[in-house]
Amino acid sequence: MEYTILILLLPFLSFLLIGLLGTKLKPVAAGAAGTAVTGVVAVLCYITAFMYFGAGRDASGVFPQTVAWNSVWLPISGNLHIDLGFMLDPISVMMLVVISTVSLMVHIYSFGYMKGERGFQRYYAFLSLFTMSMLGLVVATNIFQMYIFWELVGVSSYLLIGFYYTKKEAIAASKKAFIVTRFADLGFLVGILIYGYYTQSFSFTPDSSVMGVAKTMLPLALGLMFIGGAGKSAMFPLHIWLPDAMEGPTPVSALIHAATMVVAGVYLVARMFPLFIGYAPEVLHITAYVGAFTALYAAVVACVQSDIKRVLAFSTISQIGFMIVALGVCTSADPHEGGLGYMASMFHLFTHAMFKALLFLGAGCIIHAVHSNEMSTMGGLRKYMPVTHVTFLVACLAIAGIWPLSGFFSKDEILAACFRFSPVMGGLMTFIAGLTAFYMFRLYYCIFWGRENKELHAEHTPHEAPKSMTFPLVFLAAVTLVAGFIPFGHFVSSDGHSYDIHIEAGVAALSLCVAVAGIALATWMYLREDRKVADSLATTFSGLHKAAYHRFYIDEIYQFITHRIIFACVSTPIAWFDRHVVDGFMNMLAKVTQSVSVVIRPMQSGNVQKYCIWFLGGALGILVMLLVI
Amino acid sequence: MDFSGILIYMRGEIALIAAIVIAFLYDLVAGKGARKYFNPLMCILMAGCIAACLVSFPRESGDVFGGMFTYVPVHSIVKSILAIGTLIVFLQADTWLRRDDTEFKRGEFYVLTLSTLLGMYFMVSAGHFLMFFIGMELASVPMACLVAFDKYRHNSAEAGAKFILCALFASGLMLYGISFLYGTCGTLYFEDMASRLDGSALQILALVFFFSGLGFKISLVPFHLWTADTYQGAPTAVTSYLSVVSKGSAAFVLMAVLVKVFAPMVEQWQMILYVVIILSITVANLFAIRQQNLKRFLAFSSISQAGYIMLAVISGTSFGMTSLIYYVLVYLAANLAAFGVISAVEQNSGGKVNMSDYNGLYKTNPKLAVVMTLALFSLAGIPPFAGFFSKFFIFASAFEEGFHVLVFIALINTIVSLYYYILVVKAMFITPNDSPVAAFRSDCSTRISLVLCLAGILLLGIVSSVYDGINLFSFGL
Repeated sequence: MEYTILILLLPFLSFLLIGLLGTKLKPVAAGAAGTAVTGVVAVLCYITAFMYFGAGRDASGVFPQTVAWNSVWLPISGNLHIDLGFMLDPISVMMLVVISTVSLMVHIYSFGYMKGERGFQRYYAFLSLFTMSMLGLVVATNIFQMYIFWELVGVSSYLLIGFYYTKKEAIAASKKAFIVTRFADLGFLVGILIYGYYTQSFSFTPDSSVMGVAKTMLPLALGLMFIGGAGKSAMFPLHIWLPDAMEGPTPVSALIHAATMVVAGVYLVARMFPLFIGYAPEVLHITAYVGAFTALYAAVVACVQSDIKRVLAFSTISQIGFMIVALGVCTSADPHEGGLGYMASMFHLFTHAMFKALLFLGAGCIIHAVHSNEMSTMGGLRKYMPVTHVTFLVACLAIAGIWPLSGFFSKDEILAACFRFSPVMGGLMTFIAGLTAFYMFRLYYCIFWGRENKELHAEHTPHEAPKSMTFPLVFLAAVTLVAGFIPFGHFVSSDGHSYDIHIEAGVAALSLCVAVAGIALATWMYLREDRKVADSLATTFSGLHKAAYHRFYIDEIYQFITHRIIFACVSTPIAWFDRHVVDGFMNMLAKVTQSVSVVIRPMQSGNVQKYCIWFLGGALGILVMLLVI
Repeated sequence: MDFSGILIYMRGEIALIAAIVIAFLYDLVAGKGARKYFNPLMCILMAGCIAACLVSFPRESGDVFGGMFTYVPVHSIVKSILAIGTLIVFLQADTWLRRDDTEFKRGEFYVLTLSTLLGMYFMVSAGHFLMFFIGMELASVPMACLVAFDKYRHNSAEAGAKFILCALFASGLMLYGISFLYGTCGTLYFEDMASRLDGSALQILALVFFFSGLGFKISLVPFHLWTADTYQGAPTAVTSYLSVVSKGSAAFVLMAVLVKVFAPMVEQWQMILYVVIILSITVANLFAIRQQNLKRFLAFSSISQAGYIMLAVISGTSFGMTSLIYYVLVYLAANLAAFGVISAVEQNSGGKVNMSDYNGLYKTNPKLAVVMTLALFSLAGIPPFAGFFSKFFIFASAFEEGFHVLVFIALINTIVSLYYYILVVKAMFITPNDSPVAAFRSDCSTRISLVLCLAGILLLGIVSSVYDGINLFSFGL
């Protein structure tokens, strides 16, 4: 499977090509090149997946973990070395398919969406860079390679969020995203170093012989790694960057901030799952509580946001919370004995990537049509944009968990896993699932039904998006319709053995009821033009509404801590010390250096006789030194 | 006698002699039209020499001429590195050699340069002090002619005179030292000497004189004073050759001889090196800060680089040997890139080599400015360029042997060096200039050489197989 190197190489080359040629390339050519390369990569990924799963299980009944190629890049000592390689196992192959599919759709979509934008070539170059980094992340053969690509992903995210670099908010958002995730990555790096130091390896499956000492340190290392994952996956309280990241172009939000990069944290936990289960189950459960709280928090906030991309952003945070919870509630590696969550989480990752990308791309079409993110400018759009309307509805139904759409199946497995862990967790997650249905349909009605902003629409009639933008919508909607019937447990499960997904009637019925209730409530509140109930609720509970609208002031708390406490009380005195004491010392050094160089200048007189005297004098000086000492 | 070893172990030398003969004959017989192809021909010949050194070189050691000429596998690597440096110098020299005042004697340039290279080859492979001395003289005497190549230019002639006088002085001193060695040991064979050295006062005298002779070639403080004047006066192509190839070969030889021959006197030579390293790095940095002429500036920079190279020598380990060869290779790429840019600017702007002439170079010649910047960054040791890795290894080699204070002093000095390297970058990118060097397009061979150097600067650090490959063959105490 040597050809798999192309999966990483091609996007990298396309990044170099488009990036270096820059504006010398026509926008269309740059876009076509990027899209063609991504298309080839997608085909390669499909072939890889087909061949990998087609090759069948090994003697022990699991899909083997195979390394397509690997090279030692940086030997550190003995066993400890950093490799670069390409690893295939069920989850990495699954991720290859997800990333390449969504990336291809976004490439195609961007043709229409970014048409005429300044920096079109730059945009495609960055997309290629991101695709390469994300693919490299999922196929990493060791934790350090994962970290390298992890950071590359962070950089490309930073570049793309700040794509509109003349816009102040975009710059602020890109910096925020970079700094917050970098801050979290510090935990990741420290975790990796502890891990490497104690297990003497960066491999995902360390030698069991070294586990004696390492055992006690693994929970700490894994916990620190999870902090990195929590940063990328926007877990509370590190979620603050994701809503702001919506300042980037909408297709980027679909690719990076909905489908692929933000699930890197989930992927990380899944990748380290055997270690979590084997050595640090309590840390795993902590992640479940973090995930559950995040899911609840984000779902509540999503209910009152007025910017459609922000609603989707919070919905993403909430859904990632679901995936983390599913992993966290696992109690063993056997899917029949409490390891169901692993499969459920990966399944949800897969389905969510498709329908959330669809939602974002749909939102992009809407924004394209009305030139605004605010719900107040929309309403009644269903007659202007039929394709967007239908596909958006499909995605909303999927995320709400309505049979037979993909979201139903994956969410049902998550809820089943939660109920097995504890009824409280199951109940909480079911409630959040209901909230999800509610806020998604609130969004749906506010965009496509409800009160229409007639003045605005009369001035500028909304129109359906071009073919290049609707095609990805239709494609992803089709995937969303059928993905639920994929026998996912057959490919991915916590111990690698085939697992038959079966719907637990009780859980399924409960979640369906809750979803329908959520939708019904949203219909009652937002379908009609006057929205009496919604407005009166907002005024009755104005305190709560305002707090939720301001995302419970988490950003303000961050502002307070960084500006009032860290900057004012710690940084200012240190800055003073630096400016006066440290700089003063350095300035003194520089002055001394300068004056000494003036003093020794005559040595270089240009006179050969003097040179020889120095020469001989130097030699004799050394001789005397040697003989005397 | 069995001469079969000649063909096996002296491949590099034979190829080089063949190249010299071809160059000499071509210079004699080639007509006006054919002389246009002199430079490509020489580059091809050099490529052939590199191939002769490197392609399936013998993996076992051996000797020829009764032990006068020895061979160990690492010699092949060193020799090919030197040949690569020469090739790049040839590429860069072309513009200069096409000028009317040098065109008619370009053959001499090639023959003289290759002769010095041959001398270095013999020096590297010597197994006997006489062989070593002959090699060194062969490397020095034609070098003086090269330095004075533009003899109608006052500077060049003066530089040649200074160089040959200092070289003679150094050779004399060294020969004096060697005679002491013969007197106390009764032999000049490297192999036999190690067991007969006991560190008596006379032998210490011999060591110091020997060291100062090579210290002259490597231009270590206090044997460095000729460097700035010669570098400034010599034609730029010769300066770059002098600063890279000549220096690199001498540094390797110094390490090999100290490790092989002077092993019993390790304490003494480590002490010499300790002092010389601190002096070289510090004094050179202090001078470099004040330089206005870029060639002079790079002269002092190369003295401090030589000081860093000595950090590998002082360790005396095979790790140090690897670091040294790797450092020379990386330094070769960066320094030749810098000199390549200087040479191109000098040839295309009517001899501008001052720092102030480079103000605003980025505006008119952005590519050259970027190459220069990357080269200086690599020289300063900024990651991710190769210079960072080579400095790292060289520091690590000395640190492992316990020279902590020394490494610390060297580290402080890298900060000073960063300052003056950045000064040039600042001049090119930031300092405004009303009449910057006009935009020009350098010729094909210069561009090839710069691309080669740039590839070295960017890739040598990242492609770890280069370092590993050297590491396979290096040896220590």
